[in-house]
Amino acid sequence: MDRRKSLKSIVFGGVAGGLALHGCKPGTDTEIAPEVVESSMVKWRTASENELVQELHDDQFFNKHEIETLTVLCDLILPSSETYKGASDANVVDFIEFMAKDIPDLQLDLRGGLMWLDHEANTQFNTNFDSLQENQQKEILDEIAYYDPETPQMERPFAVNFFSLVRNLTMTGFYTSKLGIEELGYKGNSPNVWDGVPQDVLDQHGVAYDEEWLAKCVDQSKRNDIAQWDDEGNLLT
Amino acid sequence: MQIKENATIYDVIIVGSGAGGGMATKVLSEAGLKVAVVEAGPFFDPADPEQRTQLRWPYESPRRGASTVRPFGDFDAAYGGWEIEGEPYTRAEGTKFDWFRSHMLGGRTNHWGRISLRFGPDDFKHKSIDGYGDDWPIGYEDVKPYYDKVDKLIGVFGTNEGLRNDPDGFFLPPPKPRLHELFYIKGARKTNIPVYPSRMSMLTKRINNERGVCFYCGQCSRACQVYADFSAGTCLIFPAQKNGGQVDLFVNCVVRTVTTDEEGKATGVSYINKEDRTEYKLKGKVVVLGASACSSARILLNSKSKQHPNGLGNSSDHVGKYLHDSTGADRAAFIPDLMNRKVSYNEDGVGGMHVYSPWWGDNSKLDFPRGYHIEVWGGMGMPSYGFGFNANEFNKFFGTKVGGYGDVLRSDVKKYYGAVVGMAGRGESIARKDNYCEIDDTVVDEWGIPVLKFNYKWSDLERNQAKHMQDTFEEILTNMGGELLGEKPGKDVDYGLHAPGRIIHEVGTTRMGDDPKTSVTNKYQQLHDVDNVFIVDAGPFVSQADKNCTWTILALSWRASDYIVEQFKKQNF
Repeated sequence: MDRRKSLKSIVFGGVAGGLALHGCKPGTDTEIAPEVVESSMVKWRTASENELVQELHDDQFFNKHEIETLTVLCDLILPSSETYKGASDANVVDFIEFMAKDIPDLQLDLRGGLMWLDHEANTQFNTNFDSLQENQQKEILDEIAYYDPETPQMERPFAVNFFSLVRNLTMTGFYTSKLGIEELGYKGNSPNVWDGVPQDVLDQHGVAYDEEWLAKCVDQSKRNDIAQWDDEGNLLT
Repeated sequence: MQIKENATIYDVIIVGSGAGGGMATKVLSEAGLKVAVVEAGPFFDPADPEQRTQLRWPYESPRRGASTVRPFGDFDAAYGGWEIEGEPYTRAEGTKFDWFRSHMLGGRTNHWGRISLRFGPDDFKHKSIDGYGDDWPIGYEDVKPYYDKVDKLIGVFGTNEGLRNDPDGFFLPPPKPRLHELFYIKGARKTNIPVYPSRMSMLTKRINNERGVCFYCGQCSRACQVYADFSAGTCLIFPAQKNGGQVDLFVNCVVRTVTTDEEGKATGVSYINKEDRTEYKLKGKVVVLGASACSSARILLNSKSKQHPNGLGNSSDHVGKYLHDSTGADRAAFIPDLMNRKVSYNEDGVGGMHVYSPWWGDNSKLDFPRGYHIEVWGGMGMPSYGFGFNANEFNKFFGTKVGGYGDVLRSDVKKYYGAVVGMAGRGESIARKDNYCEIDDTVVDEWGIPVLKFNYKWSDLERNQAKHMQDTFEEILTNMGGELLGEKPGKDVDYGLHAPGRIIHEVGTTRMGDDPKTSVTNKYQQLHDVDNVFIVDAGPFVSQADKNCTWTILALSWRASDYIVEQFKKQNF
């Protein structure tokens, strides 16, 4: 299917509702019958952006063993428990797979790091990382999981930076997922009426509103009254 | 191949549908003129539930909103960026300029910061004050009535503070400050830097029955589905169509040249239809360029003819000259007093800052001639790609271990959520003739149109200003009890001064003036050389203020459009 064409159809289809829209060709009719669109094709991205997303999805970077190892690693970073959901619950590895293709600069460090991890596991315990007991896995991680923030990143050992990279991707993958946002407790991204910081929060952080400032701010009970001003710019409504 | 001509003769052909083109569309069509709007990108309406990016969650993007494709992330409502595949530009060796373009109905107004600052009286007459650049041929008193009308038509919140060079207007009431903004107010005032409610074009209050009221999702950069923020498509072009205006929209059409006749007068435009890759011509009595400062300059320079051998309107050789962007530098800090925040409430607010500091300094006592304003950011924002990176790096300020794995990361990320505050300075640079764009004869874009080559260098005046910004940020953030993040940018990196073009306020390429030898348009933004071509984007700016340019583009486009209507009435076209 020609994705570009189908997207264009949708764009034209979406401008009904009385707005005059002309295609570029003078004198031609722009009505094109809508076609069925692939699910990965969303109208809020452009056609070329959709094509890129599709190409990245169609491609596979990690092999089966790498995915298994990464899954174990991510779940050590954010484990599931009775209290919390884990990295796997939020499909963090799928996200990392996508990012490794979206930002190819990540690939070498991720792939090389996973090889390093197996080498370390085999050297210490004579088996691959994903087959180790959890305490053995943690024994390896304890050597690479902490870094000295005063040492510039470029000067830290590779394995430390590799683990930091996986930790970063795991954290961001998890906390941008539905489960992670729920756990974080972020309350936004929904229609509401902002009317200032709650008093208990002001008290907690030792700040207060200045009355003079507040007097200038919007009276939310009048937000739907159409604004009118006098000639000096004083709001009347 | 024969270039195909449309038989219709429009009164006005408007090139570009952003702030300038959108305002011209509204004013001219409502005056009864038949207008064609030619836009290089696709149709866009954020009210379309499928097209909107507003209120989408990060997990609706496989890259969680990362900036791999769109520079401000997947959900940002600007199609385009500093680099567009198939549409290159070049730079002279040893110079820098990054050119942001957004090809879509409404252009960059779909994602802009919506900081809506009028220029003040000094901003039109800066040469008289400090000797740099040039004065405008008009003054604040010429533009004030249009600023007033723009305030009322489009809506902007703010407060009348009686500041001489940050004039009062017709404001909607501002939203209350957020928690981190209360810290900023305290920190800035401690250093005697004034802080006021910000001035931004979101509707905190209803202005008519066609547009909705802000519902505080903080996502104005994604364009608003209820039209509660200003975008040129939603607030100017759609209303113009609904009001019965004769507006024909040509989308995905890239204008190549302004066409002219034997007398050298404009006859219309030629454009390339991106969908069939064919060139077409449109005829019009008047051509209004609002393609953006650099794109309009490019169209003029590419419109060479026997009558205009140096490009249209370029007998002065000033098209493309005096290109200048705002200066910009930034700093952020971790604020320990903002740790351990309650997440019990939604503090998204409007998209951007609720408070700001307009320029407070006295340049006669400083080593740079022009000012800057301070923008502030922070808060418990919606997570997107990058959230949770180096989750507990701030442990270093408490001497505890950094890194690790397991549930400690969860408690650390929550402990530090919303505890970073950032500041950005956005200032005025000096317009200089030797900062310019020109046609690069060696490169064309995928539409076969010769591209722009940029020549741009900052001077020590801008660097000194950036140094002042860094010193100021450090002082305020320290006043807030902050631990500064990263190294303070020093002389070796121009004090963190962003490359020209990065602030996306490029102006000045077709500057206005009374003397046709040193300017491209007259004070009504009409080409000195060709009386039926006007420019309504930021090209005619003589100087950028320490303000953002959109409100002035809107006011001046309205003013130029009124002049066009008047000339039509006098049958001058």
